[in-house]
Amino acid sequence: MELKEFVILFAEQFEDTPTEQFTPETRFRELTEWDSLTALSIIAMVDEEFEKQITGADIRSVATIEELYTKINSK
Amino acid sequence: MQFLSFKNIGIAAISGAIPKNVINNYEYTQFFSADEVKTVVDKIGIFERRFAEKGICASDLCYAAAEKLFADNEINKEEIDLMVFVSQTPDYRMPATSFLLQNRLGLPGNTIVFDISLGCTGFIHGLYIVYSLMQHKSINKALLLNGETRSRVYSAKDRRVAFLFGDAGTATLIEKNYKFGESFFTITSDGANADLVKISGGGYRNPSSVETLKEKVVDGEGNIRSDEQGYMRGEDVFNLFIKAIPQDIKAILSLTKHEKEDIDYFVFHQASKYLNGYLARKLTLDESKVPSTLSKFGNTSSVSIPITIASELHSKLPGSNKLLLSAFGVGMSWASSIIKTIDIKISDITEI
Repeated sequence: MELKEFVILFAEQFEDTPTEQFTPETRFRELTEWDSLTALSIIAMVDEEFEKQITGADIRSVATIEELYTKINSK
Repeated sequence: MQFLSFKNIGIAAISGAIPKNVINNYEYTQFFSADEVKTVVDKIGIFERRFAEKGICASDLCYAAAEKLFADNEINKEEIDLMVFVSQTPDYRMPATSFLLQNRLGLPGNTIVFDISLGCTGFIHGLYIVYSLMQHKSINKALLLNGETRSRVYSAKDRRVAFLFGDAGTATLIEKNYKFGESFFTITSDGANADLVKISGGGYRNPSSVETLKEKVVDGEGNIRSDEQGYMRGEDVFNLFIKAIPQDIKAILSLTKHEKEDIDYFVFHQASKYLNGYLARKLTLDESKVPSTLSKFGNTSSVSIPITIASELHSKLPGSNKLLLSAFGVGMSWASSIIKTIDIKISDITEI
């Protein structure tokens, strides 16, 4: 999957934050809407789209969407 | 995964009890802003919970449920051969709460009683343990009690768990009768993940002390709890859930040669709307076959499956019905079961 596509899928997990606001550089954990339930949506999306499992620690170890994308691809 | 099957044992009756005290989750705002609370509550789909008043224990909820069960079904207490109490919120560290309940309920000395310490999977575990003991000729009638005051286990200042848990108790009467046919269980224990849901202080490894009782900020989000309150590593629990549960349910269906369509109701442990919604989508289940009490009772741990049957299937189980039960939780532990109910008697839920 391309990074661009991942950013769109990532943005879809948020209800209130506008999609345009998401870029590869977005520091997602600093978004007001980010919480532990958004993290679950991201985990489910990664499981569906990549058939890979990311942990809570994986999510906490990165700052931006691109870094998470790189982390997933290294698995 | 352990696969078990039994013949001619089944649930004859269920009775539930809940505390009178209703907590409106949108108004549970003493530690968080109303906006933040609304966001969490809308996502988890838990709008109300029941909190036991001070002085009321899990055993009191079970006692009320059991007395109602005895009265509604005209049960002779002398005939109860076995009584099992499943809980992680017992009255005392010793003796086991089942002995106190035996005495209060007036059960005879030849009733075998013991406690099982288990959380969310405790109803399914209770069933297969009772069914196993009922292989003995002398054990013909059993009482399975599931009770929890989980509201007292977690910190109200930890937003990851503050809005999820509630209190309830149930009593389930289990009997031998050829009409019940076969029942099936899949049981998995995963001690490697024991630290995902835990209370680390107050046992004998880290005994209760001033230090274990101290409230601390535990993460970057400012959540506060003591070591004697439970924590849950939600993301990792969810990871395990999506890996294990759809597969476990598919396994029990295929091992027992059932199709999804053969099942009348799928009764899942009530953890959050998010998890059960995920499961229903993943397994493409018809939502009308997946009863839920999350919105009114929240997560009541091992009580959630029987209280959901008592509350939501009260008038929906005439004659013969097939139920698929599935639960996942502390241990870690997961379990599924396919059981047949025949003219099951469900009491009205008691409030105390």
